[in-house]
Amino acid sequence: MRQAQPRLRAAFSLGVTTLLVVGLVASQWLLGDFPQQMQFNARLAPPSVDHWLGTDALGRELWARTLAGLALSFWVGCLAALLSTLIALSLAALATLSARLDALVSLLIDTLLSVPHLILLMLIAFALGGGTQAVIIAVAVTHWPSLARVLRAELWQLRQAPYVRISRALGKSRWFVLHGHLLPHLLPHCLVGALLLFPHAILHEAALTFLGFGLSPSQPAIGVLLADATRYLSGGYWWLGVFPGLGLLLMVLGFERLSSQLRRAL
Amino acid sequence: MLIIDHLTLQLPYYADGYATWWKRRWATCLDAFSLTLSPGEVHAVVGASGAGKSLLAYAIMGLLPIPARLNGQLYYQGKPLDASRQRQLRGREMALIPQSLSALDPLVRTQRQVAWAAQRAGQPSAHAWRSSQQALDHYQLDTRAQQAYAHELSGGMARRVLTAMAHVSQAKLVIADEPSVGLDPLQRQRVLAALRELADQGKMVMLITHDLRHALPIADHVTIMRDGKRVETALATAFQGSGASLTSAYSQALWLALPDNAFATTTVSRREQETNVA
Amino acid sequence: MRLIAPIVKRLSRLGLVLICVALVSYGLMMASPINPVDAYLGPQMAQVSPEQRALIAQRWGFDQPPAVQFGHWLRQLVSGELGWSHVYNQPVSEVIGQRFQRSIVLLGSAWLLSALLGFSLGVVAGAKEGSKLDSIISTYAFITASTPAFWLAILAVLLFSVTLGWTPTCCAGPAGALNQEVTFATRLHHLLLPVTTLALLGIANITLHTRARMLELMRSEVATHAFAQGASRIDVAWRHGLRHASLPAVTLAFASLGELFGGSILIEQVFAYPGLGQATVAAGLRSDIPLLLGIALFTALFVSVGNMIADSLYAVIDPRIQPGEL
Repeated sequence: MRQAQPRLRAAFSLGVTTLLVVGLVASQWLLGDFPQQMQFNARLAPPSVDHWLGTDALGRELWARTLAGLALSFWVGCLAALLSTLIALSLAALATLSARLDALVSLLIDTLLSVPHLILLMLIAFALGGGTQAVIIAVAVTHWPSLARVLRAELWQLRQAPYVRISRALGKSRWFVLHGHLLPHLLPHCLVGALLLFPHAILHEAALTFLGFGLSPSQPAIGVLLADATRYLSGGYWWLGVFPGLGLLLMVLGFERLSSQLRRAL
Repeated sequence: MLIIDHLTLQLPYYADGYATWWKRRWATCLDAFSLTLSPGEVHAVVGASGAGKSLLAYAIMGLLPIPARLNGQLYYQGKPLDASRQRQLRGREMALIPQSLSALDPLVRTQRQVAWAAQRAGQPSAHAWRSSQQALDHYQLDTRAQQAYAHELSGGMARRVLTAMAHVSQAKLVIADEPSVGLDPLQRQRVLAALRELADQGKMVMLITHDLRHALPIADHVTIMRDGKRVETALATAFQGSGASLTSAYSQALWLALPDNAFATTTVSRREQETNVA
Repeated sequence: MRLIAPIVKRLSRLGLVLICVALVSYGLMMASPINPVDAYLGPQMAQVSPEQRALIAQRWGFDQPPAVQFGHWLRQLVSGELGWSHVYNQPVSEVIGQRFQRSIVLLGSAWLLSALLGFSLGVVAGAKEGSKLDSIISTYAFITASTPAFWLAILAVLLFSVTLGWTPTCCAGPAGALNQEVTFATRLHHLLLPVTTLALLGIANITLHTRARMLELMRSEVATHAFAQGASRIDVAWRHGLRHASLPAVTLAFASLGELFGGSILIEQVFAYPGLGQATVAAGLRSDIPLLLGIALFTALFVSVGNMIADSLYAVIDPRIQPGEL
């Protein structure tokens, strides 16, 4: 059974992931501002029956803050991956219009790829002056080049394909060629690309907020929680450092697994 | 002596466009296929593409992809040929000349690859180097070709390198999978003559091809295959005149459809005709 | 002649990309809503009169149009002058030089470790696909590939420094000690945990990539042919696999320098290791624009040279590519 039915496993994974994501989003709606509530009689309490994952220096429940952070990461990841895919698709399409535009796009790709992701993220977050939108835009703007490269190569190949050339020679409109021939080929690439981008986007969001860029220190993002934790490390308050990161790891792992199974099944 | 006794092979696939798209189905690729191969003969297995010829070769060598279902029996030299025996005999007693030229490693020089084949057949490395040289010389590949990479060889040269690799192993059973594909007449003649020569040395040669015309001059027996089933096995000499001594209509049609004969297509459906497209 | 032309082509491309990096990063800095004068003054902002502010703006050229400022900066850049870092109160080139010396030890050893270990693990896992060893290695690589770098560093500090007390929690040497007094052994002791963490993360990528290459080869017609000759899986992995997997692995190692540098920023932050990464974060948080620009350009040079080596390796090593057709 283990290797036997890749499609069945992918369908199962998809179901489980959807359920977890719905649960995560619903929990934010149910919890309201509970993650921000301070309990001064229970500061830095270790994990126990009353405080499931322990509390932080202001007595806020770590489990609720971790959930809130994961939900934020999820939304940032989703929006950034979506935006990134759109940028990649439109620039790849632009590149196929003329040789000059193509050279320009590939120079832009080379430029963005030559600066380490994290430094570029910092520059963009700095330019936008912080905030959740800045983080989303920064992650979106830094992650499209690799996908754009794939799509550009694919588009060039498609344009040379005999059936596309025949379709053109027959006088079909640009829209028909795009809609009937090109998009059906590109959509699977976009879907896989977006799925692959998602975990990266989440990890970079966490890294950026960990370094102190973008979000305000009061916002319960995973990066902020962990940056907070580093100040209490030598005091032995291990739960502050362990659980938020574990939550993030599990989420990233879940989506990586889903995307690899989908790729294998389709 | 190689005996194939009612061999049935099934491979998994997925059918798209059904409500049960996630469900795995099984396709029958070989259907109760039987054949006997004796030393000193060239036995041609002829069929259209998709008839299961290459899978037959892989089933004999024990090189099928893992999730395959295999039923029936194989006997080699009187003893059952099971997975562990296949592993023992591969490269020593049984050799395969693969269909695709990409079976040559593009990053390794020709002579080294032939020497590796010799080593894998159990020869010590110094001896392997010498015998690889001899084998390549035997197939008229000069020093330049011996030091070349696969992409620098012509199709005919690469085919001869593959034959040399089977030859150097001194195997008693040689399975050649479509050795004449994509070669000009002169090169084809050379490759087929090399196979006949192996049989004349007392080896068993199975020649897998889609082209009856090329198989007949060197084959002793011919087995016609269709959709994983054996249609008939006949002596190569039965393919002459109007093909009256052939027992099945399919083989007769195949024979009559050849350009040198009636070129008759009236009785043959389009599908069967493909067999002759070289 | 045939070798020189492509090299010239690549170098000019490198120059073009670097100019673009300068343009993009300068543009981003200009677009920032943070007032450069405020950033320069820092906490003394309130004590400065508008006249003094105007003077400062004039002194640093902030009052001129962006294009003129960019031109001025670019001219300085060409003459090797990167500007003055107000966070460290030193010329930017000196800050980068000093910091990079410390970072290169961290980066270099982590890079070598991850490339060598990652490649060997990938080859073993790919050669023994489906075995227990393979599932252990791929699970490990799969998990570390999804692990946030700084979280792994936090866990390492918690376990080895806080709980076990084997390694120091911070810095490149004991607190308060002068640079010259720190012995080699102490330095090594302080480097141990950051290097290991960074290498552990780098391994995953190369392992997964090499394993995929090995699987591809093990299922190729080359491997089937080798199996038909009676070769064992180990034989195929050794003779064919190493050849096919090593070039992509080396290429990936050079192409992933940017990622490695990103990882080092996070890890230097957790371990308070005074390298280039920490300086980057300080420059970003305290709006030290000249330093941030200098670092962006410097790392872009570093990464592009890595990419260039990665691209050129194929042409030099792979027999299928002729030297002319780069």
